[in-house]
Amino acid sequence: MLSDYSPGGSYCELSQAGSAHAIRDLLSALPVAEMRRRATEAEADLHDRGVTFTVYSGKDAIDRVLPFDPIPRVLSSREWQHVESGVQQRVASLNLLLHDIYHGQSILADRVIPAELVLGNPNFREAMRGVDLPHGTYVHVCGTDIVRDSAGTFFVLEDNARTPSGVSYVVENRHMMQRAFPDLLDGVGLQPVDEYGQRLLAALREVAPGGGGADPSVVLLSPGPYNSAFFEHAFLAREMGVPLVEGRDLLVGEDDRVRMRTTGGLARVEVIYRRIDDDFLDPEAFRPDSLLGVPGLMRAYRAGKVTLANAVGTGVADDKAIYAYMPRAIRYYLGEEPILPNVETYVCREPDALRYTLDHLAELVVKPVGGSGGYGVTVGPQASQGELEACRARLLADPAGHISQPCLDLSVSPTLVGDAVEPRHVDLRPFAVTGTGTWVLPGGLTRVALRRGSLVVNSSQGGGSKDTWVLG
Amino acid sequence: MADVLLARSAEGIFWLARYIERAENLARILDVNATFARDQRGGQDWQPVLQLNADTERFAARHPAPTAEAVIHFYVADQENPTSIVSAVAAARENARALRPLISTEMWAQLNVVHNWLGQLDDAALAPGGLVRLLNRIKEACQTHTGITEGTLHRDQVSYFYRLGRHLQRADQTTRLVDIKYHALLPTPSDVGSPVDVLQWDVVLRSAAAHHAYLRVVSGGVTPAGVAGFLLLQPHFPRALAFCVAEAHRLLGVLRARHELAGGAGAAKALDALHARLSVTSIDAVIAGGLHEFVDDVQRELIAASDDLASAFFGPGPAGARQSQHQG
Repeated sequence: MLSDYSPGGSYCELSQAGSAHAIRDLLSALPVAEMRRRATEAEADLHDRGVTFTVYSGKDAIDRVLPFDPIPRVLSSREWQHVESGVQQRVASLNLLLHDIYHGQSILADRVIPAELVLGNPNFREAMRGVDLPHGTYVHVCGTDIVRDSAGTFFVLEDNARTPSGVSYVVENRHMMQRAFPDLLDGVGLQPVDEYGQRLLAALREVAPGGGGADPSVVLLSPGPYNSAFFEHAFLAREMGVPLVEGRDLLVGEDDRVRMRTTGGLARVEVIYRRIDDDFLDPEAFRPDSLLGVPGLMRAYRAGKVTLANAVGTGVADDKAIYAYMPRAIRYYLGEEPILPNVETYVCREPDALRYTLDHLAELVVKPVGGSGGYGVTVGPQASQGELEACRARLLADPAGHISQPCLDLSVSPTLVGDAVEPRHVDLRPFAVTGTGTWVLPGGLTRVALRRGSLVVNSSQGGGSKDTWVLG
Repeated sequence: MADVLLARSAEGIFWLARYIERAENLARILDVNATFARDQRGGQDWQPVLQLNADTERFAARHPAPTAEAVIHFYVADQENPTSIVSAVAAARENARALRPLISTEMWAQLNVVHNWLGQLDDAALAPGGLVRLLNRIKEACQTHTGITEGTLHRDQVSYFYRLGRHLQRADQTTRLVDIKYHALLPTPSDVGSPVDVLQWDVVLRSAAAHHAYLRVVSGGVTPAGVAGFLLLQPHFPRALAFCVAEAHRLLGVLRARHELAGGAGAAKALDALHARLSVTSIDAVIAGGLHEFVDDVQRELIAASDDLASAFFGPGPAGARQSQHQG
C-alpha cells in the first residue's frame, strides 16, 4: 500500500524512522482496499462502543467519533527517550515555576520573566498565594504538544497544564489497532499504554493531604454527561476504579472536609482529579453562577483538607506568552539546557516583536495567547489577503493578547485518504503524570490534519488521530 | 473505598433496569396483542394496550383512532411519547452513559447499539407485516441486555440496586396486566368462561410468557381466576407479583445487611408485609374483595416502597427532580 506514497519535502515519520522498517514491510504487504475495509469497520465499532465526543446543536445531541487513521505513527525507543526526558524536564520546571509564582516570586524579582506578564495574567489566581501543595506538585497531568520540523527536530509547541484531554483516545486507539490489525503487530514489540489509569491513581494517592494514609479516597469530578469530553471522564474513572462524581454529589462541611453523598451516607473525599476549569470549581470563590462546582471547595483546598489535580491557577504557566519564557525558566530553576527547544516565539507585547510580526505577517503563525483548540489562529502562508488584514487589525488592537511563530513545515505521516495513502501533517501530545516523580505514557496522542496541506490538527478543526507506537 | 456507591449512581442503575424492563414488557404486550388479540370477527383491538399503560387520553390527543399503525408508532418509535420503547431505551442509555465506570463495556456497547438502531426505524420497518419480527428483535435486545448484565455485572451494591429496580418494575407491570381484565371478574359476569373471554385471558398469560408454565402448574385449563391467581400469587414464576415482591424484599435485605446500609427500613417493612399478604391470601378471597381494589392497593404499596428507597438511598432532592416519570 506504500508503493505510490511520497512525503514530498516534509520529514516523514515512517520513511525516515530507521527502526521502523519491519512495520513498513508489514504495511506494504497490506492492500489499500483491505486497509480501508478494516478502517471503516473499526470506525463503526468505535461508534457502537460509544467512543465518542458529543456535539450539541440546539436540542440535538450528535455523537461523533474522532476520525481515526489506521496507519500508526512510529517512534523508535531512542526518539522516545529523547521526548520523554524533555517532557519530564519541562514538567519539573513548570511545577517549580508555579510554586515560585505563588510563593516567593524570585523569578519575577530576578527579572527572568516580566512580573506584569504573570501578575496581570487572567489565569493568575490570587487565592493560591502562599498555599502549600503536597510535594509542590501543581501539574499532575500535563499534555505537552510537540512537533517536528523538516529536519526531524522535536520542538515544544505548547504546554497544556490545566485539564489536558485526549489520553482516552491513546488507549482506545491502541485497543482498536489490536482488534482490527493484529497482523500489523506481528513481531513488533510495542511499549504498552494500558497502565495509564493505574499510574494516574498511584500519583493521585501520592499527593493526598497529609500523606493520605493507606487508602486515600480519590474521585474524578466531571461537569457531567453533557460535556463533550465526558467519554474520557468516564473512561478514566473506570480505569482508576474510582467514583465519577459531579459537583452536586459533593459538599464541604464546617470542618472544611469534602464529602460525597453515597447510599450509606456521607463519605470523605481526599483527592479530586477535576476535569472542570478553575472558573467553575467553586461558586463561592470564582464564578458565582457556576452550577457545576462545589460551594466551599476552595476553602477546603486552602485548608489542606483536599488535593485538587491539577492545582488551581496552573493556567498562568501554560499561557502562550509565558511559553516564550519557558527555556529561560528551565535554565533558571534546573540549571540545565532545554532538552526540547521551543519554537521561536515573538511576544507581541514587546514593541520589537510586534513590529517584526507585522512586517512578516504572511510568513508567520499568529496565535491568541489565552486560546485553545486552534481557534483564532492565523497561518500566514495559507491565509487570504483579507484574513491577513483582519489579523493585523486584531494585533494592533491587542498586541499583548498575541504571539507569533515561524511557520514550521510539520512532519508528515502516511495517512489513508479515501482509497489512497497520502502524507498528512501530525503533532504529538505525550501525557505526563506527576505525583512525587514524573511518569510519561509511552507515545501519546498523535493528531493528524486530515485536510491536504493543513497544519491545524485540532479535532475542532477537522483533525483526526493515529495510534502512536513506541518500539520496545 | 471498595463498597462506596454514589447515591446518584444507585438511582441511575435502579432506573436503568426499570426502563429496560419496561421496554421489554411493552414489546411483549404489543407482540401478543398483534398475534392473538382478535375478536370473533377477526378485528384487532388495541384499546386494551392503551388502557394498560394509562395512555388513552394522551393517545387520543395525537391520533384519531387506535389503528394498528398508530398504536405501533406511538409505542415503538415515537420519541415524543415518553412511554414509547424508543424513549425507554433512550432513558436507559442516558443512565448507562453516566454509569460507564460502574457497568461493563459490553453492557454499554449493546445498549448503545440498540439505541442507535431504534432511533433510525422508519415507516417500512414499522409496517404491520413485519411487526412481529420487529417486536421480537426488541424483546431479544432487552433479553440480551439482561443476559450480558447477568454475565458481566459485578455483584456489589450496583447489581443489587439494578435487580431491585427490575423486580419492582416487573411487579408493577404484572399488576397492570391483570388489572386490565378485572371487569371480567366482577361478580355475576354473564360471559365469564365464554370462548372469547378465555381466549383473552390466555393472551394475558402469553404477555407474561406464562402460558406454558401455567399449563404445567395449574390443573383445569385456562380460567380467569386461575390466570389472575397465577400472575398475582405464584411464588416461583419470575414475572408473578408474589415472586417479584419476595425477590425485591430479599435484595433489599442483602443491601441492608451485607452492605451495611442503614436506610430503607420503611421499604423493607412494606415489602415484607406485602410478601406476607400475598403468601396467605387466595385468589378467591382477592376476587371476593374486588380484584381492582386489590391491585390498586398493591400498586400504592409498591410506590410507597419505591419512594422510601429513593429518600433513603438516592440522596436529597425534590421528588420532581427524580426519575419517576412516565412509568406507564
